[in-house]
Amino acid sequence: MLAEKALELVRQQHRCIEGALGPFNEDGIRQVLEEMRALFEQNQRDTSATVAGEAGLFSSIQLRHTALERNKRCVLAYLNSRLEHIGQMRWEFGSVLPADVKYNLCEEEVQWFNNYNRMLANYMRAIGDTGGLDLTQDMKPPKSLYIEVRCKVDHGEFETQDGDIIVLKKNSQHFLLRSECEHLIRQGILEHIVNRM
Amino acid sequence: MSQSSASAKASEEYFSLGDILSTQEKLPCKVEMPIHRLGYLDLSSDDDTLRPGTKLELPFWLAGSLCSRRRHIVSVELPRAYRENYRQVFKADPNVVDLHKLGPYFYGFGSHLLSFNHPQASDVANSLVRVGTLCLRHDGYLMSRSVTSGWVPYV
Repeated sequence: MLAEKALELVRQQHRCIEGALGPFNEDGIRQVLEEMRALFEQNQRDTSATVAGEAGLFSSIQLRHTALERNKRCVLAYLNSRLEHIGQMRWEFGSVLPADVKYNLCEEEVQWFNNYNRMLANYMRAIGDTGGLDLTQDMKPPKSLYIEVRCKVDHGEFETQDGDIIVLKKNSQHFLLRSECEHLIRQGILEHIVNRM
Repeated sequence: MSQSSASAKASEEYFSLGDILSTQEKLPCKVEMPIHRLGYLDLSSDDDTLRPGTKLELPFWLAGSLCSRRRHIVSVELPRAYRENYRQVFKADPNVVDLHKLGPYFYGFGSHLLSFNHPQASDVANSLVRVGTLCLRHDGYLMSRSVTSGWVPYV
């Protein structure tokens, strides 16, 4: 059936929308482009024949044209979905992508990420009162400035903004500025203790 | 709807993976004009040309462009799940039907089918609305019962 490979790309991407981004399917894209080239050449041939006077080729041309548009749509949607995913990752992982994530991106996607990164940084620098505002800090509206956390693994010494040094030993509890330890919570090193009163 | 928001919505749909998958659903078609050099689409025949009268199942994205107000290269029939007898079952009690088994994009595909201006189009539309409303009322949210996979969220 026509546009099968293109559909496979879409299915592949649809499957991993919630989870991790899969590797860039360069081979799949190449196959779709090959199918498109074949369809296009056949249509060019039929169009010339029609111009030369042959009749009855319109239905074939129309069918192939629709298949071409379908292939194009699938590839574009695949690429677009991946880029959306990559953009979201900036907000999850920060400005440096983990190596295993980066491995799944093609070179152009890495460049896209870097550009996105740069634009976001420029924008964040330009807003806020002094020196900019880090929008990626509080993804949910924070309920309090200080939070109670428990350390889940040994993480060594940690210097707070005030200059105090605390030792993050497994199972130790601390009362810290939310902004300071949010990234450690995201990495799983600290655990936010919610008071069950 | 303003010009810019209409085009924004159109491009949102164009890039939607879910919409691409729902337009892949197949429907029964009949060839009305000879289609040369595309006979390979009919697996049961060796003919190089798709002859008029040939019946085959085509995905919506293809059928929709071959059967429209301007073109009549193929004619289409409603798929099983949207026909009269199923609509009667839905009218009685949609909760007894495993919608997921009928196709994972029951509502999306059903809405697309309406563009064919089939004589039964308005009945199909009403049926979709009724099924959707009743399932929503019954389950609280749009979920479908699937024998094999338990509760499955719906597109």
